[in-house]
Amino acid sequence: MNEEKIEQTIFNILKRIAPESEPSRLSADDNIRRALDIDSFDALNFFIQLHEELGVEIPESDYGRLNTLAEMRRYLADRLD
Amino acid sequence: MGEFRMPSLGADMESGTLLEWRVKPGDRVKRRDIIAVVDTDKAAIEVEVYEDGVVEELLVKPGEKVPVGTVMAIIRSDADQPREAETKAVGAEQATTEAAPPRAQKKEPPAPPPESPAERVKASPYARRLAAEHGIDLKTLVPSGPHESICAADVKQAVEAAKAAGPEEPPPVAAPPRAEEAPAAAAPAPEEVSGWKDPEAMRRAIAKAMARSKREIPHYYLQTRVDMRRTLGWLESENRRRSIKDRLLPVVPLLKAVAMSLQEVPELNGYWIDDRHQPQEAINIGIAISLRQGGLIAPAILDADLLGVDELMAALRDLITRTRDGRLKSAEMTAATITVTNLGDLGVESVFGVIYPPQVALVGIGKTMEQPWAENGLLGVRPVMTASLSGDHRATDGLQGARFLDTLNRRLQEPSKL
Repeated sequence: MNEEKIEQTIFNILKRIAPESEPSRLSADDNIRRALDIDSFDALNFFIQLHEELGVEIPESDYGRLNTLAEMRRYLADRLD
Repeated sequence: MGEFRMPSLGADMESGTLLEWRVKPGDRVKRRDIIAVVDTDKAAIEVEVYEDGVVEELLVKPGEKVPVGTVMAIIRSDADQPREAETKAVGAEQATTEAAPPRAQKKEPPAPPPESPAERVKASPYARRLAAEHGIDLKTLVPSGPHESICAADVKQAVEAAKAAGPEEPPPVAAPPRAEEAPAAAAPAPEEVSGWKDPEAMRRAIAKAMARSKREIPHYYLQTRVDMRRTLGWLESENRRRSIKDRLLPVVPLLKAVAMSLQEVPELNGYWIDDRHQPQEAINIGIAISLRQGGLIAPAILDADLLGVDELMAALRDLITRTRDGRLKSAEMTAATITVTNLGDLGVESVFGVIYPPQVALVGIGKTMEQPWAENGLLGVRPVMTASLSGDHRATDGLQGARFLDTLNRRLQEPSKL
């Protein structure tokens, strides 16, 4: 799966969680949780939906490495080859 | 005879607009059935009925706005049947303490119940409700409450025993099966019954409740720092063996510890109504949930002390989801006996909350952050969470508040017992 498609999936999920936001306006290094006001409950839902759509099971210990779009793209691309 | 009144769906509510009836005259209703949808300043709320019976008459029409307490419908309750006649006094007493939402007690502070006839099992209203919900026969229990009455703890024990013994039996259906769905009940347009009100109305509602709290409640505040290493370690190992959708949020063990600590310090769980401290047996933890469009609402997880961590997580998930969708039930809006506010997500170290009247306490949870920690003469680094308690000084003193925070701390050092 290419990074563009991964990014589109991320945007779709974020849009469902924060309907009033415009995820495509995020810059690659923005802290997503802070930028979109995502609390721990929303964050868990985000990872659940990511798992459902991409089949990637992200261990809890990796949550801290997934703060920005750039980090997520890289992390997911590594696991979706 | 039951009068179904416009409920008070929050300390700030003065009147409500009936949006729709979900029943029609002649319908049989069971306790906890949703019979109406009411619009408040905050949201459209599904309102439940608190006793079994038959709808006799609907007195308010959809679209009408009426003050809290207005009789909206007459429901002939099953307790009105002649067989109950000799225990009528008891029955009526129970109807008020057990059936009415907490704030309805305002008008009639509960009097000590009259002597019951010999064949009637003595039990607290809450114990009765629990027993009915879990399908437990009160006659089979050994009473440990005052005057040989069965209290909730006896029922809880029986529930635990039943759980340990095997799969839980479905609760018995007290009332005969419901009549067919009322085809006459008008189907409401979805945007009328779900979704929150405009942010300004919600802001005003919050303003009213908070101003009342600070005007009437002499708050005292306590805080303690809690070493979260053990709880977080436990959580990490629990979550490692769970699939992602079953993982627990860190707030879950905290809520469980709060519920258990309230069992030990029950004075903080309840209300101050009519110049009287009224601790409650049921532990219904209100959770302050912020809404994306602004504002917040604090619906309750009912009987939180009876839920295990997985059940608590499921209940929390369900509650947050429905809160954000604007689909809450009236009991969830009125039944909270204490509130927990968790600002840890936002990086705030501690929060001293404003008590939600008529409750008498609020627990504040701050962010868990690494901090220097001295213990046994050694300095180390630990994940530390600051827990706070806002208490109503009319109802309790700092002593109870301190006991609560100390208990909470101890609970969080033994996470495997949560």
